[in-house]
Amino acid sequence: MTGFLQNTFNGLVSGAFYALLALGLAVIFGMLRVVNFAHGAFYMLGAFGAYVLLAEAGVPFWWALVIMPVGLGLFGVLLERTLIHRLTRLDPLYNFLLTFGLTLILQDLVKSRYGVQSSPYATPGELDGSVDLGLFDFPTYRVFILGFAVLVCVAVWWLLSHTRIGLVVRAATERPELTRAFGIDVGRWVTPVFGFGIALAGLAGVLAAPMRAVNPLMGADLIIVVFAVVVIGGLGSIFGSVAAGFGIGLIQAWGEAYAPPILSQTLVFIVMAVVLLWRPAGLFGREESPA
Amino acid sequence: MTETSTVEAPAASPGRPRSALGAVATAPAWVRYALLAAGLGFALWLPNGLYPAVAVDMLCWALFAVAVDLLLGFTGLMSFGHAAFWGTSAYVTGLVAIHSGAPFPLAVLAGAVAAAVLAVPIGYLAVKRTGIYFAMVTLAFAQMIYFIANEWRGVTRGENGLQGVPRVLPGVDLTDDYYFYYAALPIVLVGLFVAWRIVHSPFGRVLVGICDNPARARALGYPVHRYKLVAFVLSAFVAGLGGGLFAVAHRFVALDVLHWTISGKAVIVVVLGGIGTLWGGLIGAAILVRLEDWLSFSGFESIGLVTGGIFVLVVLLFRKGIWGSVADLVARWSARRRE
Repeated sequence: MTGFLQNTFNGLVSGAFYALLALGLAVIFGMLRVVNFAHGAFYMLGAFGAYVLLAEAGVPFWWALVIMPVGLGLFGVLLERTLIHRLTRLDPLYNFLLTFGLTLILQDLVKSRYGVQSSPYATPGELDGSVDLGLFDFPTYRVFILGFAVLVCVAVWWLLSHTRIGLVVRAATERPELTRAFGIDVGRWVTPVFGFGIALAGLAGVLAAPMRAVNPLMGADLIIVVFAVVVIGGLGSIFGSVAAGFGIGLIQAWGEAYAPPILSQTLVFIVMAVVLLWRPAGLFGREESPA
Repeated sequence: MTETSTVEAPAASPGRPRSALGAVATAPAWVRYALLAAGLGFALWLPNGLYPAVAVDMLCWALFAVAVDLLLGFTGLMSFGHAAFWGTSAYVTGLVAIHSGAPFPLAVLAGAVAAAVLAVPIGYLAVKRTGIYFAMVTLAFAQMIYFIANEWRGVTRGENGLQGVPRVLPGVDLTDDYYFYYAALPIVLVGLFVAWRIVHSPFGRVLVGICDNPARARALGYPVHRYKLVAFVLSAFVAGLGGGLFAVAHRFVALDVLHWTISGKAVIVVVLGGIGTLWGGLIGAAILVRLEDWLSFSGFESIGLVTGGIFVLVVLLFRKGIWGSVADLVARWSARRRE
């Protein structure tokens, strides 16, 4: 029983990363109809940035947690204005290819400077050690990640459901043409939302730095799993993406504990196959008009 | 289905990659034969002009590009997971060649058939989605194949890869890459011919119709999903021919052949050559293989920086691709002459 609870908790923690990344992908897709392949690269940059800030400038984790998302968010704004923007009127495939190219560039830039080995990043002192959760001890840092990610998701949910910006974003996500027809200037929010989505990826990266191996390829393999996650949840649905993120985290953790490795590694894709058979638009998605 | 023309026909959705078949198909016969002769002549000369090993890589990638274009340019589906078929065929070809010592064309054929078989379930699931979702789904399934190959070390030898894939052809010594090129060329030509036949068959015309306007094709009573699935399987077969040859050419199969970067590279080779042009992919493949070889030869390590940069530039500035741009120029020139 203790083992099962421990696995469940670990699953929720890795699910938190999926959820944060899927959330960013979903808001960006909602506003821009862009699937950002480079999302994993920005996650990697978040983690690497935290590492470089600490190793080369002595900037502690807590500052990195602010600096990296803000910095990457601004970078995202710049990227949207200079490149992404030029292709948003075309088939989404072109921006997918563009961001794929950017991924290769960003990865290789980091690789050429820091190599492919993993760089160590110490858990911040305040979060070292473990907490007693009644049945078992749990690393404090993981408890923090889970709490923090849930907090971020709730905050984003609040933004979306209680503010005017949120109203516009939700409307534009679910019914883009209708929103425009009502005379709402969707275009004004496109750039900030893109930046915000990138900032979320950067945030996830900083959170990952003390827990996962920091290396140039850490984002690429992850993002493909996140693509499966958003296909499962339905990319058009922000709630669906987050829910699928946590769900897949759980399923993977249980799979790792109770299934042979060849199965646990492929579980997420099997779930995706089942969802495609059963509800092709995703668990929470709506069938989109043929694009 | 009616002839599609890149210049006049209204796009189904703005900026959608669409078939550019018309530009070449409407060229005068002598132009087409001259192009074919020039292409064949170039293919025969190629290993005399550069390292035969590089020329062989070009052949393999040419098949791969044509396979991806069959889907992207003629069915309107961007597969971002074709490394699964390229790589699966490479492994199966390698295993067959090592364990049976069969002549290499048979091993390659076995690999391509395996790729086609794998494409049935993946394609069946993937064609349920279109557009960007299709890309994500194929990418995800390809990653699954990658994970399986990584875990299934007993067969794939994990990180060590399959070593010593033999180049068997009774009565011929193929150790030299120069001779292997000429042994591989017929297989490639057969693959290209298959692709050309598909595109110019009634079946291919329906595919183009689906690509240009899926709703109309459905309304006309065509089982769109089934057409897409058949196209997907055929494309996997052609990609498999390329992947199998690649395994024999390198005498070695490593996990890289299944990596997602390979899938992406195949797509960009097609965009660089020209989506929906079929032969444009050959040019794209030749350029990218030559460039990568030159970069690694000159000791430049960050190849991803260059290929990534090419991706970005091509997508931003050169979406018609080389063949597409040239065909456009020719079409404009001949239109002016007719006036």
